[in-house]
Amino acid sequence: MGLGGWPILSIITFLPAVGALIILFAPGDAERAGHSARTIAFVVTLIDFLLSLLLWAKFETGTADFQFVESFNWLGSGITYKMGVDGISVLFVVLTALLMPICIVASEAIHTRLREYMIAFLMLETLMIGVFCALDLVVFYVFFEGGLIPMFLIIGVWGGPRRVYATFKFFLYTLLGSVLMLLAIMAIYWQTGTTDIAALLDGMHPIPVAMQPWLWFAFLASFAVKLPMWPVHTWLPDAHVEAPTAGSVILAGILLKMGGYGFLRFSLPMFPVASEQFAPLIFALSLIAIVYTSLVALAQEDMKKLIAYSSVAHMGLVSLGTFTFSHEGIDGAIFQMLSHGIVSGALFLCVGVIYDRMHTRLISAYGGLVDRMPAYAVCFMVFTLANVGLPGTSGFVGEFLTLLAAFRYNTWLAIVGTTGVILSAAYALWLYRRIIYGALEKSSLKAIADLSPREIAFLAPLVVITIALGVYPKPIFDVTRASVAHLVELHHQGAALAAPKVTEARP
Amino acid sequence: MSALGTDIGIIAPEFIVAIGAMALMMLGVFMGDRSQKLLSYLAIALFTIAGAIALMGQGRSVAFNGGFIADGFARFAKMLVLGGAVFVLIMGQSYVDRQKMNRFEFPILVVFSVLGMMLMASAGDFLTLYLSMELQSLALYVLAAFDRDNLRSTEAGLKYFVLGALSSGMMLYGISLIYGFAGTVTFAKVAMVVQTGGVSLGLLFGLVFLISGLAFKVSAVPFHMWTPDVYEGAPTPITAFFSASPKIAAMALFVRVMTGAFPDALDQWRQIIIFIAILSMVLGAVAAIGQNNIKRLMAYSSIANMGYILVGLASGTAQGVEGVLIYSAIYLVTNIGIFACILGMRRGGHMVENITDLAGLAQSRPGYAFVFSMLMFSLAGIPPLAGFFAKFYVFLAAIRAGLYPLAVIGVLASVVGAYYYLRIVKIIYFDEPAPELERDIGPSLSAIIAAAGVFTVFFMVGAAPLVSAAQAAAASLFP
Repeated sequence: MGLGGWPILSIITFLPAVGALIILFAPGDAERAGHSARTIAFVVTLIDFLLSLLLWAKFETGTADFQFVESFNWLGSGITYKMGVDGISVLFVVLTALLMPICIVASEAIHTRLREYMIAFLMLETLMIGVFCALDLVVFYVFFEGGLIPMFLIIGVWGGPRRVYATFKFFLYTLLGSVLMLLAIMAIYWQTGTTDIAALLDGMHPIPVAMQPWLWFAFLASFAVKLPMWPVHTWLPDAHVEAPTAGSVILAGILLKMGGYGFLRFSLPMFPVASEQFAPLIFALSLIAIVYTSLVALAQEDMKKLIAYSSVAHMGLVSLGTFTFSHEGIDGAIFQMLSHGIVSGALFLCVGVIYDRMHTRLISAYGGLVDRMPAYAVCFMVFTLANVGLPGTSGFVGEFLTLLAAFRYNTWLAIVGTTGVILSAAYALWLYRRIIYGALEKSSLKAIADLSPREIAFLAPLVVITIALGVYPKPIFDVTRASVAHLVELHHQGAALAAPKVTEARP
Repeated sequence: MSALGTDIGIIAPEFIVAIGAMALMMLGVFMGDRSQKLLSYLAIALFTIAGAIALMGQGRSVAFNGGFIADGFARFAKMLVLGGAVFVLIMGQSYVDRQKMNRFEFPILVVFSVLGMMLMASAGDFLTLYLSMELQSLALYVLAAFDRDNLRSTEAGLKYFVLGALSSGMMLYGISLIYGFAGTVTFAKVAMVVQTGGVSLGLLFGLVFLISGLAFKVSAVPFHMWTPDVYEGAPTPITAFFSASPKIAAMALFVRVMTGAFPDALDQWRQIIIFIAILSMVLGAVAAIGQNNIKRLMAYSSIANMGYILVGLASGTAQGVEGVLIYSAIYLVTNIGIFACILGMRRGGHMVENITDLAGLAQSRPGYAFVFSMLMFSLAGIPPLAGFFAKFYVFLAAIRAGLYPLAVIGVLASVVGAYYYLRIVKIIYFDEPAPELERDIGPSLSAIIAAAGVFTVFFMVGAAPLVSAAQAAAASLFP
């Protein structure tokens, strides 16, 4: 159980919640308490990150089994509190734990109700890590949905002018998708007698073919909203634009990944037949997302909105890769999610840097920043190029593998998918040109200061990771290899057992 | 021991409450209004004793030739009813003091209505059903109009009485039909008649009228019209009481009649229950959106919540009843907590009831605002709060019973309903602060608010005992 007798996953999951409690009872007047809240939150999230690194270090890469498993009776009747990670989920835990301290440091501009802000973020971290560690469907759902509450408050309290509209839209959209998944979870429970994810994945509890489409669509409703897929992506630009910087980082970096993670964890192995059957639908939606939202991104005048639409396009690649059911495609999808988590998070941080100075996100308000902010220009460039998918950055590896898998599946998929990459170069580089290059004409920009040491402190690690993963992605694939191979095998087994006709069509 | 002695042993909790009620009444008459506080404390003591005795009961025992059943299900429901009444008496104390409503009848009427509710939970035939329900209702009619110099309160009482009398009439008519066609008033014997002879047309008519009457008591659509007006007009602690104990007692009775007297007519009554459950969930969710008075909003919320509980009943299984009980328990605590928060809404010595009065509460009163919002999230059914588990168990039962359309409509209605709960959270957290509410809400209210908050937030940690207790209680209905 756990690591050396310690329930390491529960510790990583609930440590931030404990931090939130400490902040809640921290003494002092509002200002002092706010200041100590910042410190406590940073220390707690940093310890959590170190623990997650320990988790990564101790992770056995040779096996597809769930590791560090802990479980005890929770609600009775077979619903247990069970935690564990495999090669697919462990890196998302690390990613979440990595982004949180960065978000705390990047929240310097927040001064109102600082204590509540830190508590909301710490609770959010607990709930997000829980999603990736949960090995019981009900536990998963509780964490998955619970994250809505802190995020609702973060956007609503500390957001921009249209924050109320954006946060309601975010909350209700996500809730609407998720409640159907809840019913599907109940149906699985009655069908198989368990909600233990590990048991459901061992192939001993197959879900009847007749039920699969219904359950698949119920799960899709939730994950498609979360990912988000076209046409249910419209909450994302609103939420991103209105959220405070750190909120946008978490939204783009972690919350979107829950959709992709859900596909990998549930849709593919548990409903293999339905997944095969409706893969064309996913491809169609993904391709529309890639091309259409890239075009929409070209037309944006708000930086955050542009990056938000680019997120939708990049997530389209994730769903495309996932539903090729191949080793490369799934590896690529996971890598793309991890890379996008870092890159899009970093891009939002970059926007936050100049927003804190100028208090506008309009692209037209900037230009020629390279003269005054050379260090900033370098960081922004690295992330822009990673977003485009330039070889040598982390963005390339994921895109290359997913498109490779798509090409093997169907040439047209790859052709349309690749246009998305070209378009992404167009909007990302154009954005970069309009903000960084050109003449520094606007008088308001004349006195803008370059990155402060604090800003360098949170952007530099991300620059290093982006380039390191682009040059040497092996550590990631070492972790995912066994689990992805197992997942692919499980999926094909399930599909072959139930519907031999479908698999004959493919080598 | 003689048969009568055994019977009295079985109804000991009710017996004690009945004797106690009369003793309290004597005391009140002799001491006058100044005894109100003392009577409240005595009533709380009485409820505690009755609850302790009820808890000591084991297994299933039947008294008065099947007219009274003491089983696990009844005990569970009685605990909830008594708990709700105790909290309301504690909460109401400062209110009645301030509003000059401190007349001695207040605790006595509560005791009488609770006696009715305890009997409802244990009813074994239609006579007990009707008498206990009337005992409960008559006390509640008077309570609704308790603030007798207030126009809205008297209007609420009168409206409740007239419509309540109508529903009693319908129910009585239904019972007479059932008696006429089954030849018995005992639930168990009616069940045997249905099992052997099927559901005759007369029985079916009787069943429909009976359900109409019960639906009125639980304020399910289309018999909900009284709810918003009565909730809004009645004094706030009494509204809190209305939303808690009587609803639970009526729901317990509903479950008892349907599963006790008509288990073999499941297909017939299930259609009706599904219909009123859907209507309640949808109307409760949609109609609350436009409300600005928090008590009125809570009225629609309780209509919707009754719809969700009826989803559990509609499945007609032990799981469904388990869901009903878990839902009732969580609903009770959440509602008590919310009404404690509402009782804390005072400004310049007056109660305020508009939701905009809560604006910006999070900045002046962070703790109070936090609990208020968590209770709202809980009612919306968002995990990991208690309200999620309530909905989880009723829908779990509905899925088991194959009621997919009902479950889908139910969860979609819950998303619509989430909107108005979120609106309150929005007002509390996002809006610019309104003039501050009075800070001093008294220790008892603060304690109840804090306890409800802890229950709601940490329910998931200690859910297992409640779940297994509800499971055992539900199993006692399906031997």
